[in-house]
Amino acid sequence: MKRRHFFLGSLAAAGALTVGWGLLPVRQRLQTSSPLPVRPGQVAFNGWVKISADGSVSVVMPKSEMGQGVHTGLAMVLADELDADWPRVRIEPAPVDKIYNNLATVVDSLPFHPDNDASLKRVAGWLTAKTMREVGVMMTGGSSSMKDLWLPMRQAGASARAMLVAAAAQAWKVPASEITVKAGVLSHASGNTAGFGELADAAAKQAVPGDVKLKEPAQFTLIGKPLPRLESAAKGIGMGTAGFGLDVLQPGQLYASVVMCPTLGGYVGSFDGSEAAKVAGVKKVIGVSARAGGTAGVAVVASSPWAAMKAVKLVKVVWDEAGPASSFNSDAALTQLAKTLDTETGFGFYSTGDVEAALKDAAKTLSAEYSAPWLAHMTMEPQNCTVQFKDGRATVWAPTQVPGLARSEVAQVLGIAADQVDVRVTLLGGGFGRRLEVDFIGQAAAIAKAVSAETGGAPVQTFWSREQDTQHDFYRPAAVSRFTAGFSAKNELMAWRNVSAGQAIVPQVLQRVFGLPAGLVKGSPDKTASEGAFDQPYEWPAARIAHQAVDLPVPVGFWRAVGHSHQAFFKESFVDEAANAAGQDPLAFRAALLQKHPRHLAVLQKAAQMAGWGTPSPNAPDGAKTARGMALHQSFGSIVAQVAEVSLAADKTIRVHRVFCAVDCGTPVNPNLIRQQMESGIVFGLSAALYGRIDIRQGRVQQGNFHDQPMLRFADCPAIATEIIASSAHPEGVGEPGTPPIAPAVANALFALSGQRLRSLPLKLA
Amino acid sequence: MTTLQINGQTRTVQSEPDTPLLWLLRGELQLTGTKYGCGMALCGACTVHVDGEPVRGCVTPIAGLEKKSITTIEGLAGKEADAVRAAWLQVDVAQCGYCQSGQIMAAVALLKKTPSPSEAEIDQAMQGHLCRCGTYPRIRSAIRAAARALKA
Repeated sequence: MKRRHFFLGSLAAAGALTVGWGLLPVRQRLQTSSPLPVRPGQVAFNGWVKISADGSVSVVMPKSEMGQGVHTGLAMVLADELDADWPRVRIEPAPVDKIYNNLATVVDSLPFHPDNDASLKRVAGWLTAKTMREVGVMMTGGSSSMKDLWLPMRQAGASARAMLVAAAAQAWKVPASEITVKAGVLSHASGNTAGFGELADAAAKQAVPGDVKLKEPAQFTLIGKPLPRLESAAKGIGMGTAGFGLDVLQPGQLYASVVMCPTLGGYVGSFDGSEAAKVAGVKKVIGVSARAGGTAGVAVVASSPWAAMKAVKLVKVVWDEAGPASSFNSDAALTQLAKTLDTETGFGFYSTGDVEAALKDAAKTLSAEYSAPWLAHMTMEPQNCTVQFKDGRATVWAPTQVPGLARSEVAQVLGIAADQVDVRVTLLGGGFGRRLEVDFIGQAAAIAKAVSAETGGAPVQTFWSREQDTQHDFYRPAAVSRFTAGFSAKNELMAWRNVSAGQAIVPQVLQRVFGLPAGLVKGSPDKTASEGAFDQPYEWPAARIAHQAVDLPVPVGFWRAVGHSHQAFFKESFVDEAANAAGQDPLAFRAALLQKHPRHLAVLQKAAQMAGWGTPSPNAPDGAKTARGMALHQSFGSIVAQVAEVSLAADKTIRVHRVFCAVDCGTPVNPNLIRQQMESGIVFGLSAALYGRIDIRQGRVQQGNFHDQPMLRFADCPAIATEIIASSAHPEGVGEPGTPPIAPAVANALFALSGQRLRSLPLKLA
Repeated sequence: MTTLQINGQTRTVQSEPDTPLLWLLRGELQLTGTKYGCGMALCGACTVHVDGEPVRGCVTPIAGLEKKSITTIEGLAGKEADAVRAAWLQVDVAQCGYCQSGQIMAAVALLKKTPSPSEAEIDQAMQGHLCRCGTYPRIRSAIRAAARALKA
């Protein structure tokens, strides 16, 4: 299959420029194409920072805050280089502009192994970054924000600092090199001193330096410190003033509650809204078409949210369920995925040596099949979007991870130019990848449009119930994976063959979000389907790791950690199976495969040491025996190892007591936020490991709320200890990497405890 | 029309008597601190205090609440509230923050009733409150920290 290299070959022909992916020249991501809006007394230095006459510093923020802490982390980075007074730093949202396009995540989507250091990879990365800077999107996701903006934020802060210094040098008639900047104040030995606010005007008029010197790590004053979240007070945590999408309150606001066809992708045959219209406060009952991969339904627009919710249940709808998913059954589909692996060998994402020959020569082989189900996101804040369409312009308030795409979607629905749409990104009550989609945004725009004329352009907040949200998601794809390992007579691992099967997300996204035709996108390999399987550090002597994309009528999307979320469970569990077959301790077995990967080995050994690996596992509080299981996984540039300590209740309920986590994420910008993200990833992954499953019958998602799709609760949450490995490497992601290792760590512990090897999720002992 | 005592104020509201308290608050009264997460009393995001007890606003119609004293996150006050809010910031509990109003309402109710709660009492008070971001371990630390601060 030569298609893999078609695209990359043409890139190589373009020239051998070997700049690192992130190092576009400073000026290419510094200034927006239109001047940034400023308040009276405020000046913008570049696309990333504004300073007010009162000395407050606003970091222009193109990333969405969904709990992952990027607002704080990125503000720290800019503020450090700027030498700003941290208590005076705040966040302002960025407009839609090319300089804010996410480069890191697209570069990371190229199907290269992390170990690959060839010039082809670097050229591809550089050209991809350059292309995405022009035609890419603003996007928060893929654990990429810090990686994407570490250098641009630093450069922007250093640039503004240099301009402040130049202004002071001019005013004080002293050399710039003699001026010091600390906590928002510039000073000189002569006794001259001025705050940022006093110099801002003059500084903004200085020439933007073509070259800026960034700090050495030893000079950091904020970076590396566990500073509390910038937005906690602003979030009004504990005061009830935090502004999520669902909290938007605009003058004259109406509310729309929606019921969509229970069959994924189905339609509205007919509806009778006469009963619904009798509910006090109801304005209109309307049909809504599917947008951006969603499902059609009916909406009730009313003057209060309760009236809308109550009334929508009274609409009599005859559903037309003859959509592509109408006969789909998830159980049968899982069987079909497994059968696919009887004949298909998939697209090889990684190979080394001759795995078939190695398996033929092996003294013994071990085979196993693993599976994982579809999963829903279930952000705590259900999907919602507020749209006001008036006088040919629109304002949109949305908890979105993709403001530029949201803008395009609304513009399309309303039939207006994109620059007539103003998108305001709110706080997100959880994202996990759900808010990368614009289905609910297009729907909200259509509803606002439908009542615009008769309401004089009233803002309409469309919001989904928990059930509608669960049943109209873009699910984490199910997958089946088969492994065969070959061993020498001395029990050395000689061969590793792995082929998985499941839906590919990217072709669906390219169609429904970007409108690309199906024929164009089918067939190009989606790296996210195999990530976690092919891109890991183990030194297989001979290996082939492949994935067979299978087309199924389930809408699938990016769920926290994406392909890693199930591939890690498959891979780290089978590594343990191989260790067991070879008669080796799981730690020693892995260490032998990491001899050229000291960084990964260090993370694994740290987690093992934290957990007391090799010493007896302490009994649970009720006296039950516990056992430990480990997992090592690299994702989104970070290396994470976890050891879980697990026991069984008398009724075989799985209890996880403690999780020890070690993470190498490059330079740790804010250790507190990193720890929070490891805790977050672990709890999210553990919920999925113990309870997560979405069943689909006749195209209808069976689960709806937290009773039939449970999640981990307070009392069942393990204690979590996290150690961050010291590093001065480029920062990598932490939002998702905590999730992949927990399911296999627990499964491996269960094997050690009970002798039962669990090969499917959610975990349940026989 | 229904007359209710909310955050120390008498409010006469137009919403229908079958309106759940959660939606009265978020709709007519525009008090959006109390959140919607499930509508079935499974997640705790809609928790308010009714006569000091934590109650799920999503399943409690306003009709039965006329003689009761209702407190929402916006009106939460007192030494337990101060200690909990301070501990929440000190431990940096919140991630996305969406569930936190309900978590805090439950924590404050617990400490008002049981100033030195055992682990089991903390578990029981908080078990009904879901957090998709995984802040549970920090909530536990913060409750312990608030209890300690109140003792001092």
